[in-house]
Amino acid sequence: MSASTNNRIGWASVTPALAWTLVFFVVPFVAMAAASLYTKGGDGLSLANYLQFFYNPSYWRALTNSLEVTAMVTVISVLLAYPFAWILAFIVPERWQRLALMLAVLPFWTSYVVRSYSWLLVLAEKGVINSTLVNIGILSEPIQLANTRAATVIGFVHFFVMLLTLTIFANLKQLSPNYRKAAADLGASPLQSFVHVILPLTLPGVMVGAFLTFVLAIGDYITPQILGGNNELLLPQLIMIQIGRRGDFASASALSIILMAVVSIAYFACARWLKIERA
Amino acid sequence: MVRSLSILYATLLYGFIFLPVAVLVLFSFQGTLFPIPPFNGPSLRWYAAVLSDARLTAGLVNSIAVAVITSAIATLLGFLSAWGFARFPLPASGLLRGLITLPLMVSYLIIGMGLLIFFNWIGLPKSLITAGIGHVVINLPLCFAIIYAQMGDHQANIERAARDLGAAEWQVLTLITAPMLWPALFAAFFLSMTFSWDEFVISFLLTRFETTLPVEIWNLLRAGLNPKTNAVGALVFGVSIVLAIIFELVAFRKRSP
Repeated sequence: MSASTNNRIGWASVTPALAWTLVFFVVPFVAMAAASLYTKGGDGLSLANYLQFFYNPSYWRALTNSLEVTAMVTVISVLLAYPFAWILAFIVPERWQRLALMLAVLPFWTSYVVRSYSWLLVLAEKGVINSTLVNIGILSEPIQLANTRAATVIGFVHFFVMLLTLTIFANLKQLSPNYRKAAADLGASPLQSFVHVILPLTLPGVMVGAFLTFVLAIGDYITPQILGGNNELLLPQLIMIQIGRRGDFASASALSIILMAVVSIAYFACARWLKIERA
Repeated sequence: MVRSLSILYATLLYGFIFLPVAVLVLFSFQGTLFPIPPFNGPSLRWYAAVLSDARLTAGLVNSIAVAVITSAIATLLGFLSAWGFARFPLPASGLLRGLITLPLMVSYLIIGMGLLIFFNWIGLPKSLITAGIGHVVINLPLCFAIIYAQMGDHQANIERAARDLGAAEWQVLTLITAPMLWPALFAAFFLSMTFSWDEFVISFLLTRFETTLPVEIWNLLRAGLNPKTNAVGALVFGVSIVLAIIFELVAFRKRSP
């Protein structure tokens, strides 16, 4: 078979996937970027949609809200998931680990919309927490838990604790047990061995998980919309309002590009950190 | 000491993880109009209501159809391109592979927005097909990455042997490569199905009259706490668990003797 037939077959097999990506991903993205440069009702190109960001306080607040919520979610999720993954990897007997891990991520399998909604049943004014606390007399009347920032954070943390437990568990398991043995032989207490040996070795994996958490959380519309309500808007909610209620595609496009820029910055920061760590 | 603290911590976390799902399933059996304590079930009233709700059942059928068809397309395109890149020395291969996996880096919301503007611009009306196109966009990189990672030299040698014995290229692909890679193909198809089945924002932006189950559930939610939502949520959960167990049995049990 000649090299040119060979290459023809190669191209024929990769072209459908490339074409799909080009037509339905790259072109729409360029169309969106172009749309962001027009203003609704205005004519000609302008950066007005981006500039809005600086003089319209509600836009700016959506960005800072998003960053605050996402940062909180990422930090809390990592802090909760790490010890949990550690227990699953080192305390739970080997033969039960698979089952323990599967149970730990079971609610992963509910629909995303349903998972957020199910927290509403727990947090609502007449939900499980409020009615329990009122019944046993700790509260005299229900407190507001749903439609708050805390509710959004709880809903997110619930999802990402599962995700991070999975990734950190995988990380801990692939460490050779010799590291812990060597640290113990050299006289390190379990705590010292953890702080000086295990933690630094798993940190790159944790960072990748944290990055994933950040990216997925900051782009999510459902959780803040269902649990946080409209009291304070996050960036994806603002984007959806621009599309749905106002039909303002240009402004929604500009906001989407800004959202993507934030994600890219996080990506480069994470990649850079990993590179420094490895060097 | 460490042991008992660990048990306590793990119990608390399991509690946190299971709390909302347990409440959801419990109250799906609540007979009254409001899914709030105290529990006074069990009743199958709302399950019956869900199964006789034409919109929800239509959403269910649409979701299954979209998931199966888009996953088949994504797996096929992913498989062909993974094979092409792994077996043929193509120019700028690294760059082109990067292009295929690029959508993994972008939020679904942004992919949906871009497609909405694009379809608007070329005048294609919103439908299950436009949403399905979006689902292939998000799942193709995943399928490609999974299958490409499994393209080893071992399989390349067997393919070469088949060619030497006179097999045409399409025969190599369908009779040799695909059967050898079936665990990767299955994993790609299955993961793609679960993502499509659960996907909300792209379907929400790109469908109009007929839509998928997550969007129908969303529409129910807008009416506030509704007992039907619990029943449909519990049903979706049940179906997903069954799928997960099948996946576990088929994909992983094979390896251990």
